[in-house]
Amino acid sequence: MDKQTNMKPAAPMRGADIVIKSLENEGVEVVFAYPGGASLELHQSLARSKNIRVVLPRHEQGGIFAAGGYARASGKCGVCMTTSGPGATNLISGLADAYMDSVPIIAITGQVNRPMIGKSAFQEIDVFGMSLPMVKHSYLVMNVEDLPRIFKEAFHIATTGRPGPVVIDIPKDVQQASCAAAFPEQVQLRGYDPVQRIAAADVERIAALVEKSERPVIYCGGGIISANASDELREFAVKTQIPVTTTLMGMGAFPQDHPLALHWLGMHGTVYANMAADQSDLLLAFGVRFDDRVTGNVREFCKHATIVHIDIDESELNKNKRAHLPIQSDIKYALQQILKTVKPGKHAAWHAKIAEWKNQYPLRYKVTDEVLRSQYVREFLGGDTSEIIMPQYAIELLDKLTRGNAIITTGVGQHQMWTAQYYLFTHPRTLITSGGLGAMGFGYPAALGAKVAFPNKQVIGIDGDGSFQMNIQELATAHIERIAAKSMILNNQHLGMVVQWEDRFYKSVRGNTYLGDPRNPHILYPDFVQIAKGYNVPGERVTRKSDLEPAMKRMLASKEPYVLDVIVPFTEHVLPMIPAGKTVKDIIIE
Amino acid sequence: MRHTISVLVENKFGVLVRIAGLFSGRGFNIDTLNVAPTQDVTQSRMTIVVKGDEAVLEQIIKQLDRLVDVIKIQDFREDEYVDRELLLVKVGADAKTRPEIMQICDIFRAKIVDVAQKTLTIEITGAESKVSAFLELMQPFGIRDLTRTGKIAMSRE
Repeated sequence: MDKQTNMKPAAPMRGADIVIKSLENEGVEVVFAYPGGASLELHQSLARSKNIRVVLPRHEQGGIFAAGGYARASGKCGVCMTTSGPGATNLISGLADAYMDSVPIIAITGQVNRPMIGKSAFQEIDVFGMSLPMVKHSYLVMNVEDLPRIFKEAFHIATTGRPGPVVIDIPKDVQQASCAAAFPEQVQLRGYDPVQRIAAADVERIAALVEKSERPVIYCGGGIISANASDELREFAVKTQIPVTTTLMGMGAFPQDHPLALHWLGMHGTVYANMAADQSDLLLAFGVRFDDRVTGNVREFCKHATIVHIDIDESELNKNKRAHLPIQSDIKYALQQILKTVKPGKHAAWHAKIAEWKNQYPLRYKVTDEVLRSQYVREFLGGDTSEIIMPQYAIELLDKLTRGNAIITTGVGQHQMWTAQYYLFTHPRTLITSGGLGAMGFGYPAALGAKVAFPNKQVIGIDGDGSFQMNIQELATAHIERIAAKSMILNNQHLGMVVQWEDRFYKSVRGNTYLGDPRNPHILYPDFVQIAKGYNVPGERVTRKSDLEPAMKRMLASKEPYVLDVIVPFTEHVLPMIPAGKTVKDIIIE
Repeated sequence: MRHTISVLVENKFGVLVRIAGLFSGRGFNIDTLNVAPTQDVTQSRMTIVVKGDEAVLEQIIKQLDRLVDVIKIQDFREDEYVDRELLLVKVGADAKTRPEIMQICDIFRAKIVDVAQKTLTIEITGAESKVSAFLELMQPFGIRDLTRTGKIAMSRE
């Protein structure tokens, strides 16, 4: 079916070699790949490649999370590879994560020989069918001749429009087959048009709405980062003097130390961001999807505002919230056009109101009476309350010591929310977190991927003790591959976020949320430093506040991976909090 | 409300399951679905009849449009299109009832495609309302078996 006219002269090649050549053609520099019977042909070809580094994770989930971390940090396509069956099933969480957060990933899976497909062969699973709900597109390659075209298409699809994961399932006998490979330079996909641009009339409409508005707010998200539109966003905000709030995925899209920054909105966002959104008369929703963790009760969300929604994915428009002006467009292009038309603005009264809220409700934390009386203080601090390490403080300190210049990854839970609240993100692609799927275990492997992309940058995975244990085996990858990503564990011996919900909504009944040793609660369990030592990774545990800064400096100075196990109070809550499905009126501050 | 959507897709492996998954994953209900190649063998046309309000329909169309293998979508509104359905029905018939059934078939321009001792197999095509009316008249004779294609549709333009 190929209609390409610009094909290079053909030379006979094996399928596996075509795959690796295709990756090289796309400029791939690293593949996170775990071998097995159905993919070893590909590894044999990789072994001969001089251009591609292979990072061997210790679990396929670690591999795809690392590919995701690499892609999120660099903006390039992440590539991971596994064998058939269990190798492929282990990819599922990573595919779902990449799908929900719009991360470009190529996931290559080996498949059993073509004649064995459908025979319940050893390590056979229907990868195409299994992954359908969480891929942007997918392929089962039944002809070796199709490989060059499929790889060309796959990279194009994964990285353009709204990015996302693409799965390529390749039977072993296709990897072994040979053909005269012709590598196309262009793709022809009649059902796929990722180039979408705002119409001039809509630019005028937006400019008019901005001019007319008294209380405008920009609500922006991961779309700004995917589109590399941070500069345009800042220019637009500064010119029009419109305050900016970001989603979790949008952190760093707008510098949080800017006077126009409202920080984060939604369930654990700032009071002033939520108040501003609620009171706004014009909501400029750029590269966002009105996620329930942002909107709470979606009917009540920004009820008084005229909503302008710009997104590259048309299906996000009017999906969760009806917009008055829904526009499908590349956000970078749209902002460039609006910037040409829009008049400078002031909104002095609105800024005064916001300043009042900022003053009245800053992000804050304190040591609660409950913590002062806790077993944690008695047993692990000898009753010395001046030595309590609040988790928020640990993050503030990390921010101070790295001057906000590190790439931070997180697991999922309270530590993730505190990271978003207390680390000041000033550049795009510096917070790497599983926002949509909320996959525990994401943090450390993602840190490895980010560190591979930026070996000279400080990369720290902030984790909880629960999340860290979900991919703890990747310490081996870090040591063996010499990937000096650090891990700072905020260890509260619990699944802290679930505990918080138990405390708030279930009368503090503990339903399997304690991760320590119930037969011996007087010790901290497990011993992360000891585990790290087993992997030849240095580490230390800190229980006292006075020890934290020097320990953190040692972690940051380390030339190799490092585990810093920070013991924090067990029952601290993430605040403010808008309970699920509620509104800003229901916000919990204390 | 019922909607008729015509979807032009790549005639490729897995397209049907992608579309079926799109519906099931969002709790949308398909009333009928018909798929077959077009005059261009690399393309197939699907005619899908779905139930849902305007918001659901809007989402269905946008989600279909996201699929790489979907080339074109037409949302048919009333009078913009012609539609037909083909139905095969086997009804109970004996020497006494056979003439009456044949008479009804005549009126509806239905075709008897098989005659057996105790049954008649009838083919009928037409718009949904005609097919339904015919079926109702067959009811008293005893419907033994039934298969229908679901709606296929084409724009008048």
